[in-house]
Amino acid sequence: MSILVWVLRRDMMLAMRRKSDVLTTLFFFVIMVSLFPLGVGPERELLKAIGPGVVWVAALLASMLSLGRLFSADYSDGTLEQMLLCPESLSLIVLGKTFVHWMTSGLPLVLMAPLLGLQFGLSGQALWVLLASLLLGTPVLSLVGAIGASLTLGLRGGGVLVSLLVLPLYIPVLIFGAGAVDASTSGLGAEGHLSVLGALLVLALLATPKASAAALRISLE
Amino acid sequence: MGKINWYKYASPASFYGLAGKMIPGFAALSIVFFVVGLYIGFFVAPTDAQQGEAYRIIFIHVPAAWMSMFIYIVMAVYSGIGLAFNTRLSAMMAQALAPTGALFAFIALFTGSFWGKPMWGTWWVWDARLTSQLILFFLYVGYISLQAAIDDPRRSDRASALIALVGVINVPIIYFSVKWWNTLHQGASISFTKAPTMAYTMLAGMLFMAIACWMYTIAVALYRVRLIILERERHSIWVSELLTEGLR
Amino acid sequence: MNWGSFSAFLHMGGYGFYVWSSFGLSFALFALELLFLSKRRRTLLKRLSQIQKMNASRGSK
Repeated sequence: MSILVWVLRRDMMLAMRRKSDVLTTLFFFVIMVSLFPLGVGPERELLKAIGPGVVWVAALLASMLSLGRLFSADYSDGTLEQMLLCPESLSLIVLGKTFVHWMTSGLPLVLMAPLLGLQFGLSGQALWVLLASLLLGTPVLSLVGAIGASLTLGLRGGGVLVSLLVLPLYIPVLIFGAGAVDASTSGLGAEGHLSVLGALLVLALLATPKASAAALRISLE
Repeated sequence: MGKINWYKYASPASFYGLAGKMIPGFAALSIVFFVVGLYIGFFVAPTDAQQGEAYRIIFIHVPAAWMSMFIYIVMAVYSGIGLAFNTRLSAMMAQALAPTGALFAFIALFTGSFWGKPMWGTWWVWDARLTSQLILFFLYVGYISLQAAIDDPRRSDRASALIALVGVINVPIIYFSVKWWNTLHQGASISFTKAPTMAYTMLAGMLFMAIACWMYTIAVALYRVRLIILERERHSIWVSELLTEGLR
Repeated sequence: MNWGSFSAFLHMGGYGFYVWSSFGLSFALFALELLFLSKRRRTLLKRLSQIQKMNASRGSK
């Protein structure tokens, strides 16, 4: 377990030294969401209807684009190979790295999302549900994305490739995430959607670190 | 009759010969079943009371949809075997199946669309089945592009095997969530489940077409796996011997 | 027998375009796959025999 704490502290420290990475992802998210009203027109009702979906799709893309830096720095300076050799569980190391990745790419999006929701005229309750759904959903994106990131490590054109691998797997999160907000605005209540998101999160926490660790071994061997 | 040594055929060199012997049989079976299936589909199966003749698209649409799902599962099984037992041949089989699986997924998509146009008036409906079929097609594309992007054959085998397994675990989750999404947005859903009440002959036609597609898949996959084996083993002695003997 | 004449068969009760495009395109794709495969085999064999020849000439020197 101490390895987890060690990885968390180390990666957090490294991430803090490169704050611009966090800001890039965040601004990508903001710009992306702001493009939609320009594309579809400023009608309030339309924006209200598409708002949750737009914020969610933008979160998906932003989180996917930041996957590249999950392992690449450690891969290029050889640290990753050392981590593979160390006797501690690789799954735990991956879990720690993924958590830090989420803290630096997912969490800022979650905190920014209510502000963007306001631009789309979402009600107060819808904003809360949006916040909750993103809070439950974005860690799943990081966890599933880690598999894609480790499989495409060091490949030419890895960035585009990772989107082909990962985006289809993100679809359930998108459906239940955006669906939660829709359900709450239409009066159905978001509990069902949020609990499914929670279940997806638990499932991803249990299964994906092992898969990512296996993928890392395949890519580095 | 002597005991067959199965391990012998797990080596690419001997499987190359075996596959070559099996291809004509499966190809012939496929043609026979296509002829029978098309005959039943167009000449025996009666006109549907609700959909008229347009329903006959079912005879290619449903078998293609079945095959696309079935091939993905078979691919994942081969991938799992390849990862667990480190057998090169099963990884090659998985790779040989993928393009044909993608082809069937694509066929299911556009025949669905050609069926939807006269029935519902639009080329595309975001119905649960069409949407999951589309996602399955995306999964195939991801698998094929990952496999193609890695030059080192060993890493390529194992990486694509892992993504196939991750995909097959996700397929039920994806299907369930698309279903949920579809029932929530009732307005857009016109379901395929209200298929015409199946006459016995319709079912028979579909079944024959499905078997034909299956035989086609086996023949094509064996043909493709032979090419993959040749490419991979081009530096080995048996390939150069084969070449000097004159390849058939 | 479902069809009175060949033209009725082609007409498919007004759905001829949809039915025949579905089947036609599907079988065209099968044919295309087979064509690509045989082309791939031909180029592969050509390349392999070239390698073979190169190796043989190097060996005789």
